[in-house]
Amino acid sequence: MAEAGITTQDQAGTGFPVIRPVGLTGILVSFSDRLEEQANRAALAFRAALREAAWPGVEETSTSLASTFLRFDPLVLSYPALCDRLSDLLASRDWGAAPLPAGRRLFRVPTVFGTDLAPQLEEAAAEAGLSAEDAIADLGTTRVRVLTIGFAPGQPYLGRLGPQWDLPRQTALTAQVPVGALVLAVRQFTLFAAPSPTGWRHVGQTHFRCFRPEATDPFPLAPGDEMLFDPIPRADFLRLAARERDGVTVTEIAE
Amino acid sequence: MTALTVLRAGPAVTVQDMGRPGYLDRGLSRGGAADRLALAEGAALLGQSADLAALELAGLGGVFQAEGDLRIALTGAPMAADINGQRIAWAASHQLRAGDRLTIGAALSGSYGYLHLGGGIDTPMVLGARATHLAAGLGRVLTAGDRLPAGPDHGGRTGLRLPVTDRFTDRFSGGTVRIVAGFQTPLFSAATCARFEATAFARGARANRMGLALEGGASFTAEGQRTILSEVISPGDIQMTGDGQPFVLLPECQTTGGYPRIGTVIPCDLPRVVQCPPGGQLRFTFTDRTAATEAEARHAAHLQGLGRQLQPLIRDPHDIADLLGYQLIGGVISAFEEDSA
Repeated sequence: MAEAGITTQDQAGTGFPVIRPVGLTGILVSFSDRLEEQANRAALAFRAALREAAWPGVEETSTSLASTFLRFDPLVLSYPALCDRLSDLLASRDWGAAPLPAGRRLFRVPTVFGTDLAPQLEEAAAEAGLSAEDAIADLGTTRVRVLTIGFAPGQPYLGRLGPQWDLPRQTALTAQVPVGALVLAVRQFTLFAAPSPTGWRHVGQTHFRCFRPEATDPFPLAPGDEMLFDPIPRADFLRLAARERDGVTVTEIAE
Repeated sequence: MTALTVLRAGPAVTVQDMGRPGYLDRGLSRGGAADRLALAEGAALLGQSADLAALELAGLGGVFQAEGDLRIALTGAPMAADINGQRIAWAASHQLRAGDRLTIGAALSGSYGYLHLGGGIDTPMVLGARATHLAAGLGRVLTAGDRLPAGPDHGGRTGLRLPVTDRFTDRFSGGTVRIVAGFQTPLFSAATCARFEATAFARGARANRMGLALEGGASFTAEGQRTILSEVISPGDIQMTGDGQPFVLLPECQTTGGYPRIGTVIPCDLPRVVQCPPGGQLRFTFTDRTAATEAEARHAAHLQGLGRQLQPLIRDPHDIADLLGYQLIGGVISAFEEDSA
């Protein structure tokens, strides 16, 4: 049943990038089987190049942590022909060294770290071998990039944090964190788009809404954007809430 | 412009269209009608675009009242239907007059029925579509009192039906579904893949617009299952959850996921999966890419030709001819009799 055209992963880890099928109408270009900075940058840059190329028959592109995905119409563009084109494009430059796509934005988000609003900061800090103050100083000054969006509409996976933050998921789930919860695991943050149970640790709380179906820009974040979670006192956070403000500032990133 | 009012609705009646392609990178799956073939069939019956929105009736229809004259079509899973107590044929178009009451019962086979309006359902567009996406919180299930405006109808004849051949009825009772291998198939041993193909699965009780559980097989696990990087999901993917139970992912699935997928149902066979009724059986068979692409091409040609296949409805007062035409399982006729009593 295995068919030609499916390349299995090279056990030595040198088989990347690799082009593989996703069902009949998808194709995945993977730059790693692990979350690596280089691979994520490559996926973003390669996707930007595909959008630019706008090949007939390619209906949609996206990125995941370390891959670029294309959805195509197999009645317009054959899988082997698409593989050939992708191979040529892959060979045309060093995608890991490619600059990040233009038009990325920096979101600065006022954030309460710890307190009753984000009750797992101290626990996460202890796991990382830091005091709560040092943890806030680190997490609150680390610019993180939207590595991919998933789980819920508009919800970012953000990274990477320093190696001390390579914390495993909790074995027991937290029953529910609210919208705007900043949670941490495996050197990443995610920022919840909707109330949700989670195995990640709830270290910060924001007023940021990742999905705004009624707005002209329903998905504020795009892969490649960056975020900085500025620590603010709990009282300031509540004052923002009272004024129905999220306090977020957005600026273009100059490449 | 006229409208249809919901007097009573089954538990999962939603407005659906072809969904919202183009938001994968923002974490929003395409959504849209569970059975897109049924959408195309309704469009053909009314001589209009398949992009127009219709009502999707999961398992059970409802009672509806026409505010003014309205053309309608009924497609997908056959359901007992009547206008003011007069039984009407499924897979056909009909005329409603102002004040007429349309009653649609439970699915007789299959899972998702569709009620189409001439001019389509003209609810507001959100993110380029009218489709309710329950998982994303876009829209909601309909309840009594909801009013569904119809778009401008160019008109046209009613009293037409699709040829109710085996091809039409067959997809409402489960059966064999073609899948293609994908990037994670090699994570499963050849023996596991063979066992998967050899298993007759029952449609599980857990089935909705996000996914459908397959029951009856032993566990199907992949190598290195716990350490797989979260990767893109497409509708039709068959993923193995932590305990090795297969799930077929459907239009409202998440856009990425960490569970390994043994293969992907080819798009033209997906209606058969979503229409598999509770208790129905599904089997999966790997097919190569060339054969699958040919099947898609034949399906595309079939969709193109739907409009030319329409036949006039035989207006028997009891529509017995139509009933027999469905070749449904025993008990269906009595179900009709009960509904029309």
